[in-house]
Amino acid sequence: MKSDSDHIKWLIEEAITYKEFLKHWLEPSNLERLRPRLAFQTGVLAGFALIASFLLGVTHCSTHDAIQQRLDEDLQKSLAEVVPSTLHDNDLLQDTVTVPSAEDNLGANETTVYIARKAGQVSAVCFKLAAPDGYSGIINMVIGINRDGEILGVRVINHAETPGLGDKIEIAKSSWILDFNGRSLLGLTDAQWAVKKDGGVFDQFAGATITPRAVVKTVHRGLQFFNRHRNELIGS
Amino acid sequence: MFISESYRKIMRDGIWDNNIVFSQYLALCPLLAVTVTATNGLGMGLATLAVLISTNAIVSVTRYLIPSEVRIPIFVLLIAAVVTVVDMLMDAWLHELHKVLGLFIPLIVTNCAILGRAESFASRQPVALSLWDGLMMGLGFTMALVVLGAAREIASAGTLFANASLLLGDGFKFIELTLIPNYKGFLLMALPPGGFIMLAFIIAGKRLLDRKRVANKAQATLLSEAIPEEIR
Repeated sequence: MKSDSDHIKWLIEEAITYKEFLKHWLEPSNLERLRPRLAFQTGVLAGFALIASFLLGVTHCSTHDAIQQRLDEDLQKSLAEVVPSTLHDNDLLQDTVTVPSAEDNLGANETTVYIARKAGQVSAVCFKLAAPDGYSGIINMVIGINRDGEILGVRVINHAETPGLGDKIEIAKSSWILDFNGRSLLGLTDAQWAVKKDGGVFDQFAGATITPRAVVKTVHRGLQFFNRHRNELIGS
Repeated sequence: MFISESYRKIMRDGIWDNNIVFSQYLALCPLLAVTVTATNGLGMGLATLAVLISTNAIVSVTRYLIPSEVRIPIFVLLIAAVVTVVDMLMDAWLHELHKVLGLFIPLIVTNCAILGRAESFASRQPVALSLWDGLMMGLGFTMALVVLGAAREIASAGTLFANASLLLGDGFKFIELTLIPNYKGFLLMALPPGGFIMLAFIIAGKRLLDRKRVANKAQATLLSEAIPEEIR
């Protein structure tokens, strides 16, 4: 016990010495003397960089889990919109298959497919896909497809289309996107998978053709992707 | 409460006389990008306010330590670090708002007004004054964003503070107003050119007010038969 208290006393003395030293060192007059020195300038810059990285590291570690949880909630919410909860009794986020999709032009080299099961049997799948050719940038979407290849729903997650014109692809602004419900590759020929202006069956918006065209094409590609991998997805 | 003259001057400068947007014409990039609605403006303004107070405080505390030769990289480093921290905190705890503003938060780094305050004020003034300056400049900036956002929102969509409950909680649902029912919308005002046009109107209005004030002051001093010291 005695050695412990000695140790603490020594620590306190040390701390006081350092404190005195630091106090003297941080005097404005002392700093004024140091500031023109190159070594001091380098040291200060490095010190600030070190403190900044430490701060970022601490914040990253303390918010990482919360952010991940929020992102999961977001994903869950959008998945729930395209796959009704009556169709599955499993946790979609935990039941995934990753399929290479570099050739499919879905916006990613690998697509994570979330599998919906009811009593162990695959009832539907959903995955994210992106239209690379929107009017202003990428349109991120999520699609749900049942085991027969019919679309359960499509939702836009985020986009940067013109407000008031192209943003009618959002469910909050217009019901246009519901037109995909029930569509499949069997019901329409490849040529019909287009906006009316291009000879297809889907409406375009007054003043905005590029946005719906990009969405329709991408949904079509998404269905084709599902069809190609149907057996491995449904059989999993 | 007693507020000394220098504090009062900083307050006047930040809110009106030397307002970041309306007088210094700084920070127009984040300004025009987010002020489509008053709510977005408020969120962006508050985030900038937090960053501005923090960086002003840090710069002021360490002002004797920072050699003038390397001050710019240090300021930029500090601002970038604080903005990133605010970005992460907002993503974690104000996620809905972050989804709306997320794209623009990193833009605060490029907000030259923050570097400007660090350089021209905080690096030369004591901590208390710098904090006060950060608060007032931030409030002035927030006010500018809200005013511009409100004007554009009313003109473009006929609403005011739409989605404010996402930012302030459900208790603030009552400030979400629809001022012009069945409004057809005026798209131009929601697009970047509308931002410039509306900003020009507001700045013109402010200058008109300032000119009137100076004229009134001059008249008052003339009436009291004193020589006006300063007529702008």
